[in-house]
Amino acid sequence: MKKVFQRPRYLKKAVFHYCPGCGHSIIHRLIAEVIEELNIGEKTIGVPPAGCAVLAYDYLDVDMGEAPHGRGAAVATGLKRVLPDHIIFSYQGDGDIAAIGTAETIHAANRGENISVFFINNACYGMTGGQMAPTTLLGQESTTTPGGRRKDRDAAPIDLSEMLAIARGSVYIERTTVNSPKSIRKTKKAITKSFKIQMAGLGFSLIEILSPCPVNWKMAPVEAARWIDDEMIKTFPLKVIKDTAGKID
Amino acid sequence: MAGKKGMITIDSELCKGCYLCIAACPYGLIEIFDELNQFGYYPAHFTGGNDKNRECTGCATCALVCPDVAIEVYRE
Repeated sequence: MKKVFQRPRYLKKAVFHYCPGCGHSIIHRLIAEVIEELNIGEKTIGVPPAGCAVLAYDYLDVDMGEAPHGRGAAVATGLKRVLPDHIIFSYQGDGDIAAIGTAETIHAANRGENISVFFINNACYGMTGGQMAPTTLLGQESTTTPGGRRKDRDAAPIDLSEMLAIARGSVYIERTTVNSPKSIRKTKKAITKSFKIQMAGLGFSLIEILSPCPVNWKMAPVEAARWIDDEMIKTFPLKVIKDTAGKID
Repeated sequence: MAGKKGMITIDSELCKGCYLCIAACPYGLIEIFDELNQFGYYPAHFTGGNDKNRECTGCATCALVCPDVAIEVYRE
């Protein structure tokens, strides 16, 4: 029999430290698969965030440069300007990109920096124990909003991807998820397109990926995957938010 | 393995028993093993699919949803 599915080449043989059912490790695998398929492993540099995925460099077998909290887009900008022939991606969680790093991200998008940004949205601060993040849904319980998030007290969730779509320099913004086989395939396509846009030198692209956080949502992994479909996509609808790149080969 | 369309192997030391592959398998060929792995999880276990109407086709859906890259898929 022929092996048709195995660990991608650019994913190290290590046990992920993520909780059971976490979306991070699926997204790590997809990025590693795309890097292998596009044959860009030797010239890719990743920028991991602060948060659960801070140890992404322990898993992805490409060059990585850790950024201070929230400054992924700024560090990626620097790397891209010094090494314009390299493929630079930043990998950021919602607390990283949508709270402490909002300014850096918006300005990088507005400048049209030729980088790929992967924005992993799990609607809470995962690593620190499930506090309310800017992306926490209205009514969602977290450790700092025990009765559910209220609009009058805690404000409404931030639609960062929609905000970045207004920026003149952004080329491709899509929101996907990783809660089902179909959506995982779609996410892989989006990641591929993002890298191809960068290889063609077109500008800033961002993929927002809704990712399950079963432990902090206090759900079983299968239930958490369902919750994304039932609740999360009402606030964060899955769609291509901006695409001025058109078809890319 | 003669006459089979496909099969999978699950690395029980990588598996964290999240049940996502069990929910994804169209033929229900994966179940939870009753012995712990060294991290203290009950890992998923491939039943082999010996029933003719419920054979593994090597569709790789389980491997696609596996967050821990514990599954390898083989196809004829």
